[in-house]
Amino acid sequence: MPALPLDEAGKYVAGAYVVFFALVLVYVAIIGSKIARIARAVEALQGDPSGDTPRADQLVEDE
Amino acid sequence: MAYARGLKPLAAATAVTMTAALALVFFYAPLDADQGFVQKIFYVHVPMAIVALCGWVAAGVMAIRHLRTGDRSWDVRSYVAIHLSVILGVGVLATGSIWARASWGHWWVWDEPVLVSFLVVFLLYCVYYPLRFSIEDPDRQARYSSVFAIAAGAFVPLNFVAVRLAESFTHPRVLSQTGGDLPGEMRLTFLVSLLAMTLLFVTLWKLELTSKHAEARLKRLRRRLEAREPAAVA
Repeated sequence: MPALPLDEAGKYVAGAYVVFFALVLVYVAIIGSKIARIARAVEALQGDPSGDTPRADQLVEDE
Repeated sequence: MAYARGLKPLAAATAVTMTAALALVFFYAPLDADQGFVQKIFYVHVPMAIVALCGWVAAGVMAIRHLRTGDRSWDVRSYVAIHLSVILGVGVLATGSIWARASWGHWWVWDEPVLVSFLVVFLLYCVYYPLRFSIEDPDRQARYSSVFAIAAGAFVPLNFVAVRLAESFTHPRVLSQTGGDLPGEMRLTFLVSLLAMTLLFVTLWKLELTSKHAEARLKRLRRRLEAREPAAVA
């Protein structure tokens, strides 16, 4: 097939690069939200007001 | 955290290299005489395919280390490498389809060995997930997953050689042992794109490993807290 004109080829090229960056962005967003959830859980463990429960960072130091 | 070490500089290097690769693709590399502007898809499609295939082979090597040492962290590394390569595989199939449509007028060509063989490898690795997550016992899960990763990882280069031997006339052979037909500017652009894709893979691999490691430590902490709480009440 002969080369497509620039205006028609442009949408295919843009489509390919958009697919690639969308995949990377979605992946990073999912992993980022997972890490944020873990950070919140660690904060919750550290924030026990009674003081009966040892803080999470103390347990990490114990390990 | 061990896996998070060096993640920020690596992410910065990836961003810089990716930006440089895009600049080279759109402002430096000449237009292909045959395909014109559509050939720019080559700089994202081919590096993604190479890195995905190398990721699957690397996962097999990590699985060998897991079986040799019994250290389950190698199984997690292998799993994350397979997971990332599958995601890149989705990108390879999508960008390949777009390129096929623009170049050949069809979204998919079933008699094209390169396309179909990549699809076969991709589908093979899709089987990894049900296999891994259908086993509850963590040790058995890690062992069986490693055996799969080794067998499938060995299949990847065999498949690659088989396709090369098939001598296709329809799929453009851009890279060969003699260096291919890429002119200097295109080759430089391709190599920078390949480097950017490799750095992206390593960065995302480390990022997911960091998340998995943090998750595992959180579980351990919760277990230890639960173990201490009844003692405190008593």
